[in-house]
Amino acid sequence: MNHLLSPLDFSTEELDELFDLADDIERNPEKYAHVCAGKKLATCFYEPSTRTRLSFETAMLNLGGSVIGFSDAASSSASKGESVADTTRVICCFADICAMRHPKEGAAFVAASNSSIPIINAGDGGHQHPTQTLTDLMTIHALKGRLGNFTVGLCGDLKFGRTVHSLIHALVRYENVTFKFISPEELRVPDYIIEMLREKEIPYEEVISLESCIPELDLLYMTRVQRERFFNEEDYVRLKDFYILDKAKMNLAKQDCLVLHPLPRVNEISVEVDDDERAVYFKQVQYGVYVRMALILKLLELA
Amino acid sequence: MLNVGKIEEGLVLDHIKAGKSMEIYRYLQLDKLDCTVAIIKNARSNKMEKKDIIKVECDIDTLNLDILGYIDHNITVNVIQKGEIVEKKALHLPKEIKNVIHCHNPRCITSIEQELPHIFVLADAAKEVYRCKYCEEKYSKKASRDK
Ligand SMILES: [Zn+2]
Repeated sequence: MNHLLSPLDFSTEELDELFDLADDIERNPEKYAHVCAGKKLATCFYEPSTRTRLSFETAMLNLGGSVIGFSDAASSSASKGESVADTTRVICCFADICAMRHPKEGAAFVAASNSSIPIINAGDGGHQHPTQTLTDLMTIHALKGRLGNFTVGLCGDLKFGRTVHSLIHALVRYENVTFKFISPEELRVPDYIIEMLREKEIPYEEVISLESCIPELDLLYMTRVQRERFFNEEDYVRLKDFYILDKAKMNLAKQDCLVLHPLPRVNEISVEVDDDERAVYFKQVQYGVYVRMALILKLLELA
Repeated sequence: MLNVGKIEEGLVLDHIKAGKSMEIYRYLQLDKLDCTVAIIKNARSNKMEKKDIIKVECDIDTLNLDILGYIDHNITVNVIQKGEIVEKKALHLPKEIKNVIHCHNPRCITSIEQELPHIFVLADAAKEVYRCKYCEEKYSKKASRDK
């Protein structure tokens, strides 16, 4: 049985196939409008994440399939104390494929170990969120036309940001990628990532100033500083406005420097940047749907 | 040297770090075996000054020696048959260990689902690092030994 639990479950060759399929879906949506007729996707969300759930549900509906599920633990049998393993065995009788979100790390692995249908990890606590990484890579692949041969700037909370860590691990598998880590002192990338880059001899630089670094970038990945990561409000308030991407900074960037963001944003990207054609964070949401469609087809072995 | 009666068939675990024998007794669940077990503490050793020894008179396949490799791969395992040492077994770090160490990551699924087995997978043999099969939380043998 095929599952997607971690962003590195697929080889780069398998990812190329997946992105090619997503490209084809983007160009010929009508060709795929009924391929999942009669199939059901279960979205089992033990914690709310409306955006991710709707992206999965839209993907399945676009493929002509249907959707069942729950959107928080209170409305599931978990509130009665049912284990993830048991819930999974039950869901297997209802659906053909399942996207699971759970606040605890490893929950999707437990589901997959007890499942006769493909399980997609839609986020397991701070651990993995592979479809976000697929979305990021798909956006770069589609709009940059290549994965590799670029300098990527990652900006904001690089310490706690799971999205950023997964993206780094995914990008090091491609040729000729240079990393610029742009963060305040307190939110630098963890040591184990730096060690990994050193071991693989991948060029990187840690900087504090976004202005000084932005002219070199082919891609800028912005992140949000999350309140829940901080023990005191003071630190949060000080660090949340550390980087605000505005028109003036965008004027320093290359003409083809793409700006990505996993969303939701708070104020780290000023709304005046939204009209800039290099700002692709809303397109990213659309690519998230295409890549989830491709993923469902692959895991159901329908493509 | 003190000699606790020779065994006919079984295992002699030699070169156990002094003081560690009771821990190994528990890990191997020797308390559950209905056979002769001798524990020798603080025996004199040329190799390590002081050591512990465990002698178990049992069918040689009864014990799961994988776990010994995890506890301390410097232990020498002598297999005894008809009163003679017939084999010295080399110990390796097991690829996977189940229900021996527990994941202490409060965000791990095992923290809320008690019936799940605690499984750790060998991630780096040279550094003796294991990772929780669920949340990948690191468990370093070396670090825990230095504590
Ligand atoms: Zn764990």
